[in-house]
Amino acid sequence: MVDSSALGATGTPFTMPIERGKIREFARATASTDPAYLADTAPVVPPTFLTTAAFWQDGDADPWRAVAMDQSRGLHAEQEFVFHGPPPRAGDMLTGTSRIAEIYEKHGRRGGTLTFAVMVTEFRDHSGRLVAEARLTGVETS
Amino acid sequence: MTPPPPLVTGPLSRTDLVRYQGASGDFNPIHHDEPFARAAGLPAPLTLGMLSAGLLATWVTGWLGAGAVRRFRVRFESQVFPGDTLTCDGRVVREYQEDGEPRLDLELACRTQAGAVAVRGWATFVVDEGDGA
Repeated sequence: MVDSSALGATGTPFTMPIERGKIREFARATASTDPAYLADTAPVVPPTFLTTAAFWQDGDADPWRAVAMDQSRGLHAEQEFVFHGPPPRAGDMLTGTSRIAEIYEKHGRRGGTLTFAVMVTEFRDHSGRLVAEARLTGVETS
Repeated sequence: MTPPPPLVTGPLSRTDLVRYQGASGDFNPIHHDEPFARAAGLPAPLTLGMLSAGLLATWVTGWLGAGAVRRFRVRFESQVFPGDTLTCDGRVVREYQEDGEPRLDLELACRTQAGAVAVRGWATFVVDEGDGA
């Protein structure tokens, strides 16, 4: 059951180094043969790569836990990535901060209530510039 | 602008799912643990929506350039299972200028062999940035 008091919960900042080997692994797992990922010595990240923040975002850095979505009724509904300029590259060191930005309800087409929760993660470079944002929308059926 | 041929991937194997799980860090057992998936009422381990999203991203960056992406959004619409074959493609729906650079908006779709849209996508790219160098 989604805990609506999670709205506004903010994680502690986490550090995420962007690594060439991880980019290669991710590109191969998503059927890419693009030399921009596989041959460049400092490749940019693929569009959905920042989902690998899961490897760096532990404990208090992850406010999604406060949403308390039921694992058996919860689904990933939407995902968005925004890049303010070219995507980050291998060698970059990013700082990520996540917050629970929205919690809202809709009536389902087949009755019942759908509860949506949105977590926004901002990624900044070493100078503090906002370089990317990830927006995760989860939904729980009643 | 003429899009390249669709990216066809499959039939998806359980190994494809596990490879993506290791790469992404999403280790939800519903995507690899057969008894767990069946207990949840599924016929087999469910494919990761983010794997299909990644295939859409592979198709569109292969066309318009890895460094040129500025926005990539997906909505997960239907379930995909091992044995399914996915076809990813899309089209330009708008060309315009923003922040002093030419941009393209695209609509994308990842469909199963039955024609169902598994993942719908929307993306924005800048034009002529090559690999972003």
